[in-house]
Amino acid sequence: MADIEQASEKKSWKKRTDPVVIYKKWCKACSICIEMCPKQVFDTDRDGFPVVTRGMDCTQCSICWIHCPEFAITSNEK
Amino acid sequence: MDQMSNVTHKYLRPKKSFPNVWCPGCGIGIAMGAMIRAIDGLGLDKNQVAVVSGIGCTARIPVYLDFNTLHTTHGRPLAFATGVKLANPKMKVIVVSGDGDLLAIGGNHFIHAARRNMDITCILVNNYIYGMTGGQYSPTTPFKKLSSTGPYGMIEQSFDPAELARTAGATFVARGTVFHASQLSRLMSQAINRHGFSFVEVISNCHTQYGRLNREGSAVKMIQWQKDHAVPVSVAAKKTPEELEDKFITGVLYEQEKPGYVEEYQKIIDRFSRESTESMVRVTES
Repeated sequence: MADIEQASEKKSWKKRTDPVVIYKKWCKACSICIEMCPKQVFDTDRDGFPVVTRGMDCTQCSICWIHCPEFAITSNEK
Repeated sequence: MDQMSNVTHKYLRPKKSFPNVWCPGCGIGIAMGAMIRAIDGLGLDKNQVAVVSGIGCTARIPVYLDFNTLHTTHGRPLAFATGVKLANPKMKVIVVSGDGDLLAIGGNHFIHAARRNMDITCILVNNYIYGMTGGQYSPTTPFKKLSSTGPYGMIEQSFDPAELARTAGATFVARGTVFHASQLSRLMSQAINRHGFSFVEVISNCHTQYGRLNREGSAVKMIQWQKDHAVPVSVAAKKTPEELEDKFITGVLYEQEKPGYVEEYQKIIDRFSRESTESMVRVTES
């Protein structure tokens, strides 16, 4: 758990390399994206918010961002 | 891909109070995203679209949208939308509201807008309960389900909104769920593209009121429930009524062509303006 939080903190300062970006100000931690992702890209942090931990598995299937009720997920793929 | 995922953000008013007002995991946000993608896919201009809503959870949608929006009185979004459409027939008018708003207090407006065949797209987000006011039963609450005003189970029979729209005379009736969000946005774009009264019922989840009272679990569980109980039209045709007992059919349920109110009204205007100009010409000649 600790390393997940560390990773998320590090990535927020790094240049964006995650396949999807979660806008934390709008996220309400409903966990729809975590449950619906077919590749289990997300994990929860201590507060229940999603964190991208297995970004390499992401196939840009668009399921997470079309099911996000808060419009908090955007794709980073060009 | 970047543009695709940011499509919704182009049509939002981010200065409004985001994060939005709905409970975490509410399907209304998903339905709103599907609607935005449908409008974007049709390539409509922001000024060409008017979104009208009444009162309720779902009716908060226009607050966040950067179109011409109208947030009206309880149950009357279709009446206001009729006015908007007749004042400016080029406008694409979309009514988006909940089951309590459109079917209970606005039931009469609903059936008469469908009967008149007004050129309006009506999107009804059906979450089976009055969510905002505290979980009272609505006209679509299923039989024997609990609500805060029916603690021993609903003893009234419920409406089937899609069937009601079809018998009232709507020309396009479809049903989607928030689980099948991409199919939903396809259905919505079909509905917006059509002339005449087109109706899309969206099965949504209210886990805060309906799910809590009926022990249906979290938002994710309720959305998975939709996946298990939705039957596409093509599959449902092969099944017996017993197999479809607790299921609902999704897809385009009904489609037909009928002369719409707006076109007929325009014809009358054209006829009389022609006659009046002809009579004017006759008067000036004599």
